[in-house]
Amino acid sequence: MTRARQVPRWAIYLPLGVYLLFTLVPFYWILLFAFRKTGSTALVPWPLTFEHFDTVWNGAGFGVFFKNSVVIAVLTVILTTVIALAGGYALARFSFKGKGAIMVLMLCTQFVPGAMMLIPLFDIFRATQLINTLWSIVVADAVFHLPLSIILMAGFIKNIPVELEEASWVDGCGRFRGFRMTVLPLLRPGVVAISSFAFISSWNNFLFALMFLNSQDQFTIPVGLSYMLGEYSVDFGALAAGGVVAVVPVVLVFAYVQRFLVQGLSAGAVKG
Amino acid sequence: MTVLTAAARPARRRPRERWTPYLLLAPAGILLAVFLVYPIGSVVYYSLYKYNVTKPWDNGFVGLGNYAEMLRDDLFWQSLVFTGQWVVVEVSLQLVFGLALALVINESFIGRAISRALVFSPWAVSGVLTTTIWLLIYNPTTGFGRYLADAGVGEYGTSLLTEPGTAFWAAVLAELWRGVPFFAILILADLQSISGDLYEAAEVDGAGRFRRFWSITLPHLRNAIILSTLLRAVWEFNNVDLLYTLTGGGPGNSTMTLPLYVARKAVDAKEFGYGSALTMSAFVILAVCSVTYLWLARAGKETE
Repeated sequence: MTRARQVPRWAIYLPLGVYLLFTLVPFYWILLFAFRKTGSTALVPWPLTFEHFDTVWNGAGFGVFFKNSVVIAVLTVILTTVIALAGGYALARFSFKGKGAIMVLMLCTQFVPGAMMLIPLFDIFRATQLINTLWSIVVADAVFHLPLSIILMAGFIKNIPVELEEASWVDGCGRFRGFRMTVLPLLRPGVVAISSFAFISSWNNFLFALMFLNSQDQFTIPVGLSYMLGEYSVDFGALAAGGVVAVVPVVLVFAYVQRFLVQGLSAGAVKG
Repeated sequence: MTVLTAAARPARRRPRERWTPYLLLAPAGILLAVFLVYPIGSVVYYSLYKYNVTKPWDNGFVGLGNYAEMLRDDLFWQSLVFTGQWVVVEVSLQLVFGLALALVINESFIGRAISRALVFSPWAVSGVLTTTIWLLIYNPTTGFGRYLADAGVGEYGTSLLTEPGTAFWAAVLAELWRGVPFFAILILADLQSISGDLYEAAEVDGAGRFRRFWSITLPHLRNAIILSTLLRAVWEFNNVDLLYTLTGGGPGNSTMTLPLYVARKAVDAKEFGYGSALTMSAFVILAVCSVTYLWLARAGKETE
């Protein structure tokens, strides 16, 4: 970068500072209420209190909701990633009849509104006895994220030179063993990115869980939060603490993957 | 080594691999057929029936009755207009702020990595959580309004969410908070693929900063902008989490989008037949708008 192209510092720090305030003040506001004693109106949460976390975790059942959300998210991530690996590999490494049509169809599924699926999926899950089980959410979530995951995975696999695999075949490996030995180790950033997307969207899913789970011991965190929001007299400290419980896992995952996000996308994974 | 194996490739295509790609795609295909394609088909079917699980005695075939009812339903038309307003306002504001943010983050400066992580972070936050956060901000007893009133600015007891005039903009601001990072991430990824040589050449030719942005950056970003605005418009159209929990469509149905109306019919009223008819119309409208948008974008490119 040449000197002449340097942007004046204030033109960076001023808009960035304003935008950082807009991003961070809302986060601060929820932390403030989660850690501040009931009845206090101070703008700093001091002295710190953990009573709201106790209320929400044990009293409001967030301990159970948290466990349900974790189970659903983990199962969804495994299901999505494994199926996307198989499908992405097929699209990346084979040319076969109907490949173009499959790609177009999968892109089209991105236009299907989630609300559209509520009614027919409710009927299917009722007929298959999956209603009010965590599996209904796992299946619905996974199906919704499969098309994009497969397309992204195919992009990541295409970026790995096929010659590596061919060398392993010469050495006597079959398709699967060759894939496991040569491609999979190099595919780690792609697998991390795709499973993280699946984790975040599964963790955040609200509408399916609201519709398909109807007993409180099956609720997920977003559903639990939404019921707290709808209560007549809201306990704001507990609500904020519930929000913090909801945000911590996604923030941790996000902090880990955010550098892959831009790199992966600029490597051309979603282009073309 | 590489040359050798590349030359040997055609010989390695064994005939029994003809079915391998189909087998690999089969799990995805079966899941999508059962839980995505079949349900879409059944929505068409339901939309021709009166179907309410809580009133089974009323159910039966009604032909196009649900559609006729829909055309007479004021709330359908009102929610349709509001959906358009919501999508256009959200997507354009998110694009403008996302582009500006990406341009700033693309510069090199001290603290860049941490600022990038921080400003992108709302992207990972769910709609329900966004509601939780912004409700605390807007609520008259916990929000900014109360602290401003304490300091002598404004008055106590007003919530932006319950006034028809301000509820829309209050919801827009909350959605903006978590929507801008999506554009910033996609545009930043595309910015990083522009070669620095182009800018240097333009500078040698005497092009100013604005000229370089207009003639190099924007044309390069064109495809990314078309793709991201389309994806986001579809997403903003479809996603109901935030409005469902923040305003519930209120006050007085003034923030009811069409998919939110569908969700309320399905979740709260259990009117599956009428809900399916609404769903079909939402799907068709979305498809027509998307195709038109892509067609206009392509036509714009050809006239250049």
